[in-house]
Amino acid sequence: MSNWVDACAADEIEAEDVRRFDHGDSTYAIYRTADDKYHATDGLCTHELVHLADGLVMDCTIECPMHNGRFDFTTGKAQGAPVFVDLKTYPVKVENGRVMIDLG
Amino acid sequence: MSPGHVIVGAGEAGARAAFALREQGYDGPVTLIGAEPLLPYERPPLSKRAITGETFAVPFIADKDRFASANIDCLTGVTVTDIDRAGQSVRLSDGAAIAYDRLLLATGAYARRLAGPEIDDPAVDYLRDAADSERLRDKLTAGAAVLVIGGGFIGLELAASAVQRGATVTVVEAAERILMRGVPAAVADAIAARHRLAGVRLLCGQQVRAVRKTSQGAEVVLSDGATLAADVVIAGIGAVPDTDLAARAGLEIDNGVKVDTELQTSDPCIYAAGDCCSFPHLLFDGRRIRLEAWRNAQDQGNTAARNMLGSADAHAAVPWFWSDQYELTLQIAGLADAGEQVVQRDLADGTPLRFTLDAEGRLVAACAFGPNATIAKEIRLAEMLIARRAHPDPAALADPSQNLKALLRAA
Ligand SMILES: Cc1cc2nc3c(=O)[nH]c(=O)nc-3n(C[C@H](O)[C@H](O)[C@H](O)COP(=O)(O)OP(=O)(O)OC[C@H]3O[C@@H](n4cnc5c(N)ncnc54)[C@H](O)[C@@H]3O)c2cc1C
Ligand code: FES
Repeated sequence: MSNWVDACAADEIEAEDVRRFDHGDSTYAIYRTADDKYHATDGLCTHELVHLADGLVMDCTIECPMHNGRFDFTTGKAQGAPVFVDLKTYPVKVENGRVMIDLG
Repeated sequence: MSPGHVIVGAGEAGARAAFALREQGYDGPVTLIGAEPLLPYERPPLSKRAITGETFAVPFIADKDRFASANIDCLTGVTVTDIDRAGQSVRLSDGAAIAYDRLLLATGAYARRLAGPEIDDPAVDYLRDAADSERLRDKLTAGAAVLVIGGGFIGLELAASAVQRGATVTVVEAAERILMRGVPAAVADAIAARHRLAGVRLLCGQQVRAVRKTSQGAEVVLSDGATLAADVVIAGIGAVPDTDLAARAGLEIDNGVKVDTELQTSDPCIYAAGDCCSFPHLLFDGRRIRLEAWRNAQDQGNTAARNMLGSADAHAAVPWFWSDQYELTLQIAGLADAGEQVVQRDLADGTPLRFTLDAEGRLVAACAFGPNATIAKEIRLAEMLIARRAHPDPAALADPSQNLKALLRAA
């Protein structure tokens, strides 16, 4: 089942950056790439539950601010020590200037 | 069969190294030995959240189950008393001996103690471990008169925590300003201003001549003759690397356990990491430095673990440090004293970010004091520029419209 949720305005996220989105009891990270593609993952690092939205986006990588663990945010893949568990990713679409994510 | 690897000191560096050995795929015995009664915990919150929070909570790095599931034997309340280098084993305070294939010294540092003929030692408090923090928390209460000796990071964080709990706080600093070591004057001034705004009294250029116990608590006599009464006197005058064990084992010592770029001591089977060791920093012309910083303890714990398993990785991470005071954060990447030229960039909310360049125009440090959300990513980018030995155009550094990411790509 799909469950599309309005996360934020598309222009609230800068190019090649990330923004935190809290919904219900969960927190997510929404990314915008340099070429204006949007992606969404779980908001907390799988190493020690730190908000990834405070980290740095370079190309399609999000770097955790705590111990610099890296994930490919387009696939959620953990890139190696100290992060080993992948991030969950969510479908994203942009409609009428709003970023929508499907929480399923 | 290999006897396995042994780590002395169950602090930040030791605990990280133990987990890193497993992350690297090592499946032999790993023993982590700590003198403190508690499982490894984080020290940074001890001067901050542990004092200001609703209740006191020890910020553990990992619980029993995580050590068990990683198959790390973590011994607490046990001190390593001797190293038998020829026999490759350590002796413990409980009489046991444990053989090692590779040994890691991660013994950390302890608080430097005030010394002098007129210093009454029991009248002075210190902060290094969880027990200290819990004791101080009970003393730094509303209305208490608190005197902090030393305007360094620990002293200032404690001052901020105490004043936030309603104490009356005075900080005495011997130098002409706070944070003389490693923080540019303009940034130190901004931090001083934030403390004054909170009501902290800062007395710089004042030596402490005497500390005496009184019925109230203690009194402190300054070099100008003034006498200050206080309920609590805390000294935050630096840390001393714990080299006792290494020195007794005949390892080379030089402002800490002396290691090479691969964190190997003068004995090829023994490594050292964290606050206890001094190392030549490849990014700064091989200059020998010792850091007292959380991330360095983690980075060196990781590097030491890899090298204990046969790698030959040089530790060349950019030094990085943060200090939370009030709602603001100080972050420093690099070594601010490695250059003279300072370039300022004003971030979107007006927080100044200061870059330091050396004589050749190489970026050697970046420093800012402001909201974490404003400064963290910028300092991280600066850190990556420093790691690349970049020589960015000072005009571009000063111009906030020039994204540091773009400078990094061009470097
Ligand atoms: C109050 C406080 C606040 C701090 N805040 C910050 C901050 O905001 N930012 C930052 O970057 N850094 C901060 N630091 C510094 C940071 O905590 C240290 O750099 C880090 O803890 C160093 O890790 P380490 O493993 O080298 O040493 P430690 O964490 O000190 O661990 C060493 C351990 O070894 C044990 N040990 C020593 N000898 C033996 C022996 N012979 N046998 C068995 N065990 C032994 C000790 O008991 C100790 O538990 C702070 C430190 C303190 C004390
Ligand atoms: S918390 Fe993210 S890498 Fe450790």
